[in-house]
Amino acid sequence: MAVKEMSGFAEIPALFRRMTGDEKHEWAAASTLDVLWVLYNRVLDVSPDRVDDPDRDRFLLSKGHGPMAYYAVLAAKGFLDPSTLDNWTAWDSPLGQHPDRVLVNGVEISSGSLGHGLPIAVGTALGLRLQNRAARTFVLVGDAELDEGSNHEAIALAGRFGLDRLVTVVVDNASGTHGWPGGVARRFEVEGWQSSTVDGRDHDALHAAFTQDHPGRPLVVVAEVDEGERR
Amino acid sequence: MTSMRQVFVDTVEDVMRHDPRVAVVLAEISRDVFTPHERVINVGIREQAMVGVGAGLALSGLRPVVHTYAPFLVERPFEQIKLDFGHQDLGGVLVSIGGSYDDPVWGRTHQAPGDVALFDTLPGWTVRVPGHPDEVGPIVRDALRREDRVYIRLSLRENAAPHPVVEGFTEVRRGRSGVVVAVGPMLDTVLAATRDADVTVLYATTVRPFDAAGLRAAVDRAERADVLLVEPYLEGTSAHLAAEALADVPHRLRSLGVRRDAELRAYGTAEDHDSAHDLDVLGVAAAVRRMFGHPVAAA
Repeated sequence: MAVKEMSGFAEIPALFRRMTGDEKHEWAAASTLDVLWVLYNRVLDVSPDRVDDPDRDRFLLSKGHGPMAYYAVLAAKGFLDPSTLDNWTAWDSPLGQHPDRVLVNGVEISSGSLGHGLPIAVGTALGLRLQNRAARTFVLVGDAELDEGSNHEAIALAGRFGLDRLVTVVVDNASGTHGWPGGVARRFEVEGWQSSTVDGRDHDALHAAFTQDHPGRPLVVVAEVDEGERR
Repeated sequence: MTSMRQVFVDTVEDVMRHDPRVAVVLAEISRDVFTPHERVINVGIREQAMVGVGAGLALSGLRPVVHTYAPFLVERPFEQIKLDFGHQDLGGVLVSIGGSYDDPVWGRTHQAPGDVALFDTLPGWTVRVPGHPDEVGPIVRDALRREDRVYIRLSLRENAAPHPVVEGFTEVRRGRSGVVVAVGPMLDTVLAATRDADVTVLYATTVRPFDAAGLRAAVDRAERADVLLVEPYLEGTSAHLAAEALADVPHRLRSLGVRRDAELRAYGTAEDHDSAHDLDVLGVAAAVRRMFGHPVAAA
């Protein structure tokens, strides 16, 4: 595979700069950057040459808008040729403002419409468990995305099914209009999830939260990002 | 006689015994018809999650069967069908019961005459409408063997006798005045309504893909390119495909089905609703006479 291996977080700004054009969700892309980096750099058992391996970990980006950080991390980790970033969103580019799994190596789900990733992740985790596979399923949602009721169907189910290989990451930049009084994590805890709320910019804290034991139940990691700190 | 649903459940359970890929997702409906099994997953009354979970099972390598009552399978979680199966390009088998108005005492909430029309807005779906319980087994086995997206529409309405399950349309009767296409459970009504008409009757259990070549061949054999579609769901659902099949032939096309222009705020029996939609023998026979002429007048 003729993809240049880049592996340092320091490379990310340069990869970001390769993506040009109308980017109205730029700040949203940046809000997920540290979470994505920690997952792909230190947590997920994935690699570009194993995208069809049934035992790979799954990462589902449910909050598909603002995908620049995702594309930058995929490029840094060798899933994408960095030159692909130069003409993203063009007619013949595989990279749109919302990722498409059919077009991009290593992208597990196509997203864009909110509230789809978490139910799909529950099904993926259930399916892997039924097949006695140890692979973990991670799904990233936004705090405002939780407005969609479909998430709450899935949150209850995952808790009841005790999906202990499922991790939901909520990137919380307090962007929901009506908010979550008492915090996002409570919505998961009451359904039987283990929870951690951490600084979404602190790589070591994120790593510790993602890799904690959560026997018999799913895990939610709420990654708090300052509302004013959007870039 | 065993119902279509029971044959569906029996067939799925039989296949599950030797195919570990098959998993079922339910939302309460039919939960007591299936035997408990780790691969029969009841998500409760959560239809969006039902379809999303089905797609996730497919992502993990399984062959999901997603089943509930028609409006709650197709209409409520329609975006999940469009995106979680279609846009993700995943395979799955969606199986509904209830049809257009199998149980009209429950009212409009439990009627889904628009289901096949909705699938027509999405690429890549095979749609099968059995007309007899004996046709359900082969249709379900075929769907479970495949990798693509299949919608199977089960109903309490059925014909007296089964026909062999094939991909295209089956010629049940041959005539000269034109062609009547009967979909699934409409066949017996159509056969009774065309008893005195000199028309070809085609029987369709597979409606998508639409057998354009079969329709065209039947029209070519008739003396007039007149086609009457009789479908158990929204009127005209297949009209665009019939018109396309006959695009280079001057033709007449008429469509019978569940009326689009009114919500019938009435309960009663399914037969009452057939009459209201002119989908009973009298209604279909009247349409046949208008289109193909009265046998006495023609003589």
